[in-house]
Amino acid sequence: MPIMTYVDAIRDAQRQEMLRDPDVFVAGEDVALMGSSFGQTAGLYKEFGAGRVLDTPISEGQIVSLGVGAAAMGLRPVLSLDFCDFMGCCMDEILNQAAKMTYMLNGQVGMPLVIRANIGGEIGAAAQHSQCLEALFTHIPGLKVVASSSPRNAKGLLSQAIRDDSPVIVLEHKALNGMSGEVPEGAFTIPFGKAETRRAGRDLTLLSWSKTLLKCLGAAESLEKEGIDAEVIDLVSLYPLDMDAILASVEKTGRVVIAHEAVETGGFGGEIAARLADEGFDLLDAPIKRVAAPFAPVPFSAALERLYQPDENRIMAAARSLF
Amino acid sequence: MKLSKKESLSLYETMVRIREFEESARTLMLEGKLGGFLHLYSGEEAIAAGVCSELGDEDCICSTHRGHGHIIAKGGDVNRMMAELYGKDTGYSQGKSGSMHIADIGIGIIGANGIVGACIPIANGVAFALRYRGRDSVAVAFFGDGASNRGTFHEALNLAATWRLPTVFICENNGFGMSTPPARASSVKNLSERAAAYGIPGVTVDGNDPVAVKAATREAVVRARAGKGPSLVECVTWRHHGHYIGDPAVYKDPEEQKRWLAADRDPILRFEARLVGEKTAKGAELEAIRQRARDEIGAAIAFAESSPDPAPETLTENVYR
Repeated sequence: MPIMTYVDAIRDAQRQEMLRDPDVFVAGEDVALMGSSFGQTAGLYKEFGAGRVLDTPISEGQIVSLGVGAAAMGLRPVLSLDFCDFMGCCMDEILNQAAKMTYMLNGQVGMPLVIRANIGGEIGAAAQHSQCLEALFTHIPGLKVVASSSPRNAKGLLSQAIRDDSPVIVLEHKALNGMSGEVPEGAFTIPFGKAETRRAGRDLTLLSWSKTLLKCLGAAESLEKEGIDAEVIDLVSLYPLDMDAILASVEKTGRVVIAHEAVETGGFGGEIAARLADEGFDLLDAPIKRVAAPFAPVPFSAALERLYQPDENRIMAAARSLF
Repeated sequence: MKLSKKESLSLYETMVRIREFEESARTLMLEGKLGGFLHLYSGEEAIAAGVCSELGDEDCICSTHRGHGHIIAKGGDVNRMMAELYGKDTGYSQGKSGSMHIADIGIGIIGANGIVGACIPIANGVAFALRYRGRDSVAVAFFGDGASNRGTFHEALNLAATWRLPTVFICENNGFGMSTPPARASSVKNLSERAAAYGIPGVTVDGNDPVAVKAATREAVVRARAGKGPSLVECVTWRHHGHYIGDPAVYKDPEEQKRWLAADRDPILRFEARLVGEKTAKGAELEAIRQRARDEIGAAIAFAESSPDPAPETLTENVYR
């Protein structure tokens, strides 16, 4: 299997889907001539031309609306908003237009559009270029929300998103851009709503997604030395959510730590915890723990950002507290 | 613009059907038979009639919260519209949309929209798709004077002009963005002047004259079909009622309201006088058209009232495709 970087996997997903379906087009900020901020669309303009790879003005509302109108007509727009933080500039278009069109029109139209945006910190991008805003979108019926943690699932999820007939928010972590890994060749999709067990374990379930998942894997390695055998589950898709996989794991372990990079208050971890308490209370041997960012914007200083990010030590401390 | 008798009567009939639908809906709401918000198009009929008379089935429209007129003029089914206003199972969206989100994709009605100004950039997406598929059809965005102050308007005009999209922007200046007149909200005298900022044609026409609207639309549509890009047409009109039914419109000058509703200003009464005066039609012919409209809307109300409510299981259907 070929080795690819995360960025190359994202680019390859778009390329493969454009090759197989002429209705797929890519539009957004700096996607054509520049190939996007981190090269996620590099080469597509040259290969597919100006008709299918379009640089837009910096007009986020128009970018998403372009997608809404085109998707209502049956095209499959892949829109890049660059940074997730910029979705504040087009929230009406996401939450009132894209998300609700199929319902309001009672299924007269699908809304097969994809919005790609990078999330997360660790590169000193500060308060307006580092957020993880997935919980804003999981709250809105009509949207699907996925977050990748490896080159392989970055390609598979994006490809699946492009084929989906509903709007999908695809969150890519900018600090994973240089990560390398095995990625299947050619067209390749990963189904939504199916969590990936990245490490099997008996004593504790670590639930996570995006880059924090990797920290959970690191924490699990260290915990093993302390005699705690942790299972690590990558949720991959937040809506639809694979609650069955979560419950099955907790049935085995009885203990859960949910770790994410977003602010803890109102974060998606709270939704998982509530559902676990509701649907899996009898399975639990200890309180549900969350490890997340404090209730503050993302700071610039590397010294502060290190404190802001959930790290292996905090995940391990939360894990230990359950025994 | 010289029209055949058939064209003229068709414009008249469309306007009359819209008025009948709207005034009936108003009565129904005042009687407590309709819920939700009702934003009526009465007084603005000449715009929908004039614009849509220049469009074919392949051409698309994106509409507003005040959208009934656009939908009727584009060929929407008044039975399904009225049933939707009643929230019934036979409505366009089985009662999920109500007055503000009616669509009929098969005849190019991409949807009314409850967010002011939202449809303008969406129309660009539709226009883009039409061009992408190699069609020579156009997308029309209807919006009000209030919407022209939103960023969506400016983003949309800029993109359409830059990409030469086949979009036609129809600004219905009905005197009020809810309660606020353009003179208190916009920096230009005529909203069409804003076209200059984007290097596209902009005209202001009498929005109560269906023929003037039709002529301006034809020019914009021909230009768009030819790949020459978008145009902005401002149609000056007057909203007969409040922003919604229940708004007493205390901000309106009663004298001005009276002037706009007078026979020489109301789009239907004035066009009627012109058709008779120019001997295009006899009074009895026009009365027959009016009666047909009354019968049609009466039947739509009966259809809606005799329709069942949506079934409980439809509540969460079609959230996703």
